[in-house]
Amino acid sequence: MYYQPDIETASHEQIRAWQSERLVKQVRHVWDNVPYYRQKMEEKGLTPDDIQSVDDLHKLPFLTKDDLRECYPYGLLAKPLSECVRIQSTSGTTGKRVVAFYTQHDVDLWEDCCARALMATGATKEDVVQVAYGYGLFTGGAGMHGGSHKAGCLTLPMSSGNTDRQLQFMVDLGATVLCCTPSYAEYLAESIHERGLRDQIKLKAGIFGAEAWSEEMRRDIEKNLGLKAYDIYGLTEISGPGVAFECEAQAGMHINEDHFIAEIIDPDTGEVLPEGSKGELVFTCITKEAFPLIRYRTRDICVLTRKSCPCGRTHVKMSKPMGRSDDMLIVKGVNVFPSQIEAVLIEQGYPANYQIVVDRVNHSDTLEVMVEMTPEIFSDSLGKITDMEKSLVSALKAMLGIYAKVKLVAPKSITRSEGKAVRIIDKRKI
Amino acid sequence: MKINQISVFLENRAGQLAEVTKLLSDNHINLRAISIAETADYGLLRIIVDDSQKATSVLLENGNIVTMNPVIVVAVDDQPAGLSELLSLLTETDINIQYMYALFTHQAGKAYMVFRTEEEQAFVALLDKHGLSAATADELGLK
Repeated sequence: MYYQPDIETASHEQIRAWQSERLVKQVRHVWDNVPYYRQKMEEKGLTPDDIQSVDDLHKLPFLTKDDLRECYPYGLLAKPLSECVRIQSTSGTTGKRVVAFYTQHDVDLWEDCCARALMATGATKEDVVQVAYGYGLFTGGAGMHGGSHKAGCLTLPMSSGNTDRQLQFMVDLGATVLCCTPSYAEYLAESIHERGLRDQIKLKAGIFGAEAWSEEMRRDIEKNLGLKAYDIYGLTEISGPGVAFECEAQAGMHINEDHFIAEIIDPDTGEVLPEGSKGELVFTCITKEAFPLIRYRTRDICVLTRKSCPCGRTHVKMSKPMGRSDDMLIVKGVNVFPSQIEAVLIEQGYPANYQIVVDRVNHSDTLEVMVEMTPEIFSDSLGKITDMEKSLVSALKAMLGIYAKVKLVAPKSITRSEGKAVRIIDKRKI
Repeated sequence: MKINQISVFLENRAGQLAEVTKLLSDNHINLRAISIAETADYGLLRIIVDDSQKATSVLLENGNIVTMNPVIVVAVDDQPAGLSELLSLLTETDINIQYMYALFTHQAGKAYMVFRTEEEQAFVALLDKHGLSAATADELGLK
């Protein structure tokens, strides 16, 4: 089932025609309104006239998270604030957030994308959609909430957490579609099993994103909740959830190409790679007004394919992200950069030699920071050492927004391979 | 009068303590007292040895994290209530003992207790007042 059938099943030629027309217009809009990007274009000797079609996209300069940080908060804004109606945000490097602006038009197109994702799972106006993503600055709740409205579904704006209430509403109001992170879906499944509620739930589909998850996890969730589980992809910089979504084929996510042009590049050279190559995913927003990022490097590594899909959709499909081209970790849905942890350690008087261990215990991510003991921190008093540990834990919590366990280890015990420290150990089996 | 205690950081893994004791024995250093405080993740080894300077340099050379602090050693009668009497003297003062443990000796009739306090002078004065005294390094055969 489609939300916008003419768009979702348009011919490849039609999609390219839309993309060319919109890209040319967008580049002109950004050139006229975003001095920061205009300067970037000028540095490459480009003017909007150099961009005549989607074939010229590769000439344009990239934007990265560093640009976003440098431009915080208004530097990439392409519309007057008076035209904007919404802000969403995500955690960013060294504590600075990414702030994205939306006009009403931008909110509409984002919600359209989420409605496409919902209807691709078979949702209709007869369905009850339980949105258990966090509401607030995080895009998960807002996006799926808006999409559910547009698809005409009865929307349960639950937000995340409060499992008792989630289950009560799920049972009493007969929720049929669940939207949340895959790890929370697993947790809900477990709670349903413990309380013997399996016979009382009516879920038939689930849209799970904002976190990496495996095919094995999909099968588990499908079995334990008795539903079909769909993946969804998005990022605040580009809009939020719904940049790409899975259809009934459950094999890759269709990118909403009428709004976002996707490229795969070599993360080292920036060169555009042919279809089917594994590389870094880059997005260009061609319809957004307020915060239209051009050639934004997501740092997600994946593969694009145009093989025809049994669902009838013609938009290009992306694989699940297979990793990152930077060292960002997503822990409990929160972006964590080793540089943030390093900054806290140095500020608290610890050596910058550390190791981050991420694991998943009982469906929930855990973060542990291993720090080598130093003569400066060491004391013959256990109380003094544990006080230092506690203060480090609080400082990490303040920086990252999530709890990190601190483990003090013997000096020189942190693994170094070829003289270079191994900073991250991700034990999550995803 | 001052007796040096060496504290060593021990990561909580098999063989860590053995490594330290082997290092000491290889260097002919004799352990006179030992105590371990631990958390789930690591331990804190506190020792008194016959040659604290040598032990400290050997431990440091081998990459250990070490700190040296003065402690007070007091002989109490090796009989019921020996320690209790001493501790009851402390309860009437403001002297805060951070931790204590026993020291091995061969002197008949006496048991030696190791005390760690930030208020050393007050503690020694208290001992004097009650006709007790802190053991000296000589008395314990320590360098």
